Amino acid sequence: MVLSKTASESDVSVHSTFASRYVRASLPRFKMPENSIPKEAAYQIINDELMLDGNPRLNLASFVTTWMEPECDKLMMEAINKNYVDMDEYPVTTELQNRCVNMIAHLFNAPLGDSETAIGVGTVGSSEAIMLAGLAFKRKWQNKRKAEGKPYDKPNIVTGANVQVCWEKFARYFEVELKEVKLRDGYYVMDPAKAVEMVDENTICVAAILGSTLNGEFEDVKLLNDLLIEKNKQTGWDTPIHVDAASGGFIAPFIYPELEWDFRLPLVKSINVSGHKYGLVYAGIGWVIWRSKDDLPEELIFHINYLGADQPTFTLNFSKGSSQVIAQYYQLIRLGYEGYRNIMENCRDNMLVLKEGLEKTGRFNIVSKDNGVPLVAFSLKDNSCHNEFEISEMLRRFGWIVPAYTMPPDAEHVTVLRVVIREDFSRALAERLVHDIDKVLNELDTLPARVTSKISIAEEKEKNGTILVTKKSDLETQREITTVWRKFVMERKKMNGVC
Amino acid sequence: MVLSKLASESDVSVHCTFASRYVRESLPRYKMLENSIPKEAAFQIINDELMLDGKPRLNLASFVTTWMEPECDKLIMDAMNKNYVDMDEYPVTTELQNRCVNMIAHLFNAPLGDSEAAIGVGTVGSSEAIMLAGLAFKRKWQNKRKAEGKPHDKPNIVTGANVQVCWEKFARYFEVELKEVKLREGYYVMDPKKAVEMVDENTICVAAILGSTLNGEFEDVKLLNDLLLEKNKVTGWDTPIHVDAASGGFIAPFLWPELEWDFRLPLVKSINVSGHKYGLVYAGVGWVIWRSKEDLPEELIFHINYLGTNQPTFTLNFSKGSSQIIAQYYQLIRLGYEGYRNVMENCHQNAIVLKEGLEKTGRFNIVSKEIGVPLVAFSLKDNTRHTEFEIAEMLRRFGWIVPAYTMPADAQHVTVLRVVIREDFSRTLAERLVLDITKVLHDLDSLPAKINARMSVVAEQKNGTVVKKTAIETQREITTYWKNFVMA
Repeated sequence: MVLSKTASESDVSVHSTFASRYVRASLPRFKMPENSIPKEAAYQIINDELMLDGNPRLNLASFVTTWMEPECDKLMMEAINKNYVDMDEYPVTTELQNRCVNMIAHLFNAPLGDSETAIGVGTVGSSEAIMLAGLAFKRKWQNKRKAEGKPYDKPNIVTGANVQVCWEKFARYFEVELKEVKLRDGYYVMDPAKAVEMVDENTICVAAILGSTLNGEFEDVKLLNDLLIEKNKQTGWDTPIHVDAASGGFIAPFIYPELEWDFRLPLVKSINVSGHKYGLVYAGIGWVIWRSKDDLPEELIFHINYLGADQPTFTLNFSKGSSQVIAQYYQLIRLGYEGYRNIMENCRDNMLVLKEGLEKTGRFNIVSKDNGVPLVAFSLKDNSCHNEFEISEMLRRFGWIVPAYTMPPDAEHVTVLRVVIREDFSRALAERLVHDIDKVLNELDTLPARVTSKISIAEEKEKNGTILVTKKSDLETQREITTVWRKFVMERKKMNGVC
Repeated sequence: MVLSKLASESDVSVHCTFASRYVRESLPRYKMLENSIPKEAAFQIINDELMLDGKPRLNLASFVTTWMEPECDKLIMDAMNKNYVDMDEYPVTTELQNRCVNMIAHLFNAPLGDSEAAIGVGTVGSSEAIMLAGLAFKRKWQNKRKAEGKPHDKPNIVTGANVQVCWEKFARYFEVELKEVKLREGYYVMDPKKAVEMVDENTICVAAILGSTLNGEFEDVKLLNDLLLEKNKVTGWDTPIHVDAASGGFIAPFLWPELEWDFRLPLVKSINVSGHKYGLVYAGVGWVIWRSKEDLPEELIFHINYLGTNQPTFTLNFSKGSSQIIAQYYQLIRLGYEGYRNVMENCHQNAIVLKEGLEKTGRFNIVSKEIGVPLVAFSLKDNTRHTEFEIAEMLRRFGWIVPAYTMPADAQHVTVLRVVIREDFSRTLAERLVLDITKVLHDLDSLPAKINARMSVVAEQKNGTVVKKTAIETQREITTYWKNFVMA
């Protein structure tokens, strides 16, 4: 028996990853390494570092789906190497997208004949969907103004200050002015009357949200529609409505079917919905549906000779995976109306359980409504001793990720915590969360309040105008240092840490 | 023993899917069904219909990766339910993106200090990357013109007619004029001289392609840079360059490291590359890197209070999966320079094997170059009897998907077939493909030529009148009409 020590040292396949040198070497962060490493080592190293990410299913901050059935996982994994955009090569996948578009259009009561195909497209998310819808409105408005011989260089869009950031992105990137209806204390969505007042001849559309990000409320699209019809009669501007139903689009039709918010209202010309929110698909899919062909200017659609066949394309992204489209179709046929209804009702019931549990503590105001996206937004009745941000930080210890944030103008003094109830948030978890929030409250009660910092802030405010340097408390100094260090670390990612 | 027939009829879990009623009913195409169906049935029905899609690995039309190691597949599956944009919730995933950006920036020789962080971002693909880069150029140019008090309403971009469609999309959606340098027979990329001639004071940038979609050729970015430097000295316009390295960005640094095309050239301000092409990741990831902070106007970056923390964001998409980013990091550390070099050299060699096999048939002209993306673009020496499109159709019988397409203006009379050599296209497959192409040529030789069709086409061109259609033409029309109807 000859034992060759040299051979075994260099034969990497012999070594278990944790016995090998790969876990001793620092992984490259800025430059690619010169040499390859074995796949087992690569897998293990990355897998291990990712253990320190939050647990997606305990991420109560997000609306985005975090669980799907294993059968669907299997379909997704098999489709992972299919580039969606190769329509000619993958005709069935393309057809599945078209079926989804039709099903969703019918869900939204699009005025279609029996075998008339719907106008719509699958996107990577509601951001892309909104940009496409906005582009269509902008181009339509420009064409109309050109035909009238009027200036068309200052388009604007009217929406509430509660809009999600993608509307602001659309406005800034596509050079459209954003006219925001300010919120106020107790009214955290867009006021239809105020919105209609702000409409002028340069308004390309009014955007209403079905399921506000902040507190899940549905805006009153019907009222907006009725008021805007009145105004249009007077002005003749024919201003249309877009409904951002990113969250609400897959909720309202199932548990509030009598609520009129979709194409049943004549001024609604396009709707977007996130497949990856209550469409119950993993992140990476959205849908935008137009009322009819006239609402999507033909000049925006490209007919290209890509890889040999003629393909119409109107999306911002081109190559992307097929998995999410297939998963969306799976959900639509697997669940049907019945299944989606059951899930949404479950979410709603669990939301009520959580809400009641929180009310029972006696320490919270509930900011969200019962009708809307199943989530609970709540703020402390008394946040002078400890605030919502501290509760959020302490809940992390248990593994829960519950975000705290301030409202946009003009309600910036209000801070809320928000728990989103997704499909996979069972009643057991809801009860456990209430239990853990109780624990956190008890712990916070025993901790000293940040009294000194509040006093120094109060002093600063009183001496209006004059810039004072007040003596900082220990806690304040510590917070400052923490913030600076945090910013410093974030700064290294700041310019590239974009989503 | 009590047998309850009724129970078993309604107890769906008893029935094997193919014994159940679910495979007897027509699946809904336009409307959702009222009822749910069992998950096994849903899986089986969809899985079965998808069998009729093309096989991704035999799709020789696409540059996009179709195979990854099982270890990476596992990481991808585990990360499927992570929404990438939740930076606060998934800090490690966010950090992995940052590391990728830095690594790719260094790969492109970005002028960075030792621990200076690179400016760049992960996107869903090169389309989004190009739109972001274009937006940055547009905004920078607008700011410059406003400061000079000059009009800023007619921006344009200069590029070759061989650009991929996303540049045309960018131009149309963001209201920038596209000035295309026309191609000519035998020269299928952008001519740097002509491009520089077309530059005017409204040009926001000149876009060069490293790895043209049509024939894989690398454009001469260095020559473009040198000529543009000259012109900038004369005009003072300071026109920058963007390099669309969607395919070439992960090839050139490994096979031709001495080729200067990246940030080593001073006028190159941003580069995009597709992680899902030769970055060797599945579809859904691209990268855009800027030379420095100054090249990305601060006003385009949003700082948002999303889900409770401050996040900077400059992308068109927001929520998306994390899987591809993690997969890209896996590839970068798993392969390293050595691994990527080996993969690219293999692709290059296999492309040569295929090219030589095709040349040996004596029937083809090779249109692609040796230096470029590993692909073989070829056209028939004599396409009067049968065209490249027929070859493409007949190859489908064997399972191969090889596209045929015409060149853009002004070389529209040239048709090519194109085979892309990806990582998972072995020499064995190359040799088999040559064999099958030879078989197809034999089969075609024995078929009658479409003489009538060509005559009527020629006639149409001469008179510009409505010509009596041949049987084949009518049939083609019907097929196309039906295809459109079904696809709609």
